[in-house]
Amino acid sequence: MNLNEIIVTFLTQSTRQVFSTMLGVDIQCGEAAVKAGMPEANEGVVSFIGLAGSWAGTGSVSCSPALACRICSQMLMCEAPAVNEEVLDTVAELTNMIIGSVKTELEQHLGPLGLSIPTVVYGRNFKTKSAGSADWIVMHFQWDDETLLVKLCLEPKEQAAHVMFHTSSTDSCTLDV
Amino acid sequence: MESNVLVVDDSAAIRKILQRVLRQTGMAIHTIHEAGDGQEAIGVLGAQKVDLVLSDINMPKMDGLQLLASIKSSPQWRNIPVVMITTEGGESKVSEAVKLGAAGYVRKPFTADQIKEKLAGILEPAMPL
Repeated sequence: MNLNEIIVTFLTQSTRQVFSTMLGVDIQCGEAAVKAGMPEANEGVVSFIGLAGSWAGTGSVSCSPALACRICSQMLMCEAPAVNEEVLDTVAELTNMIIGSVKTELEQHLGPLGLSIPTVVYGRNFKTKSAGSADWIVMHFQWDDETLLVKLCLEPKEQAAHVMFHTSSTDSCTLDV
Repeated sequence: MESNVLVVDDSAAIRKILQRVLRQTGMAIHTIHEAGDGQEAIGVLGAQKVDLVLSDINMPKMDGLQLLASIKSSPQWRNIPVVMITTEGGESKVSEAVKLGAAGYVRKPFTADQIKEKLAGILEPAMPL
């Protein structure tokens, strides 16, 4: 298996395990793709977490506001009628657990890696850009008719300059958690 | 005897889940205090009687390993058991936590049974009504 295949395997296992353990939900795995950059406009809730070490990169989880509320409601066993701080915090923690588990597995292949504190963005029509040149592995997961995207880009440190920044944001808010 | 537990995690979601899970363990728990990072936890420890600390590792300001080191180096708090609950499942973090004196280690994502199992030798079961 090459590194991309290993990452796809770990992302699949980790996402399914987090949903199964923390939400009691059997999330369905859809297509996996490799994409250069993230040029498309984003909408909804997007969470990022940085990885650093001999390899560096970024992990991301994104979904619609409705799915973010449903995840929060299921995980915390409470009502979540609209995106609020609790919903953003839940998506951030979900990202922390999914990418954190992948990080632990990848350490067997890539050596020790550090994990940053997650950042979550909620809004419409915003773009994100990572200064690194690595391709993004994009995994689609389905919970009924809603889609959750889990993404990871990773490259050897000498090639990476992963300063994550957010551009062209309208109607968006950011929560560092 | 009922115990007081301090839950330390920068995620309010995880603190809320742990509150619920701890209440479901059947252990004799009186009060569950919360803190969002190690610094806040030190403040709670100074103000409240705490019998057990459950702490995340990856937190802003003061992380869980720094908090663990502070607790274990304090004559006043060194006997308080500290269980780490974290995504940081790598061997280096586990061995560092054990070396610093952690009473146990639970990896996120966790089940209620895993928490209960880890606390079984630390907290007393609740008296039957």
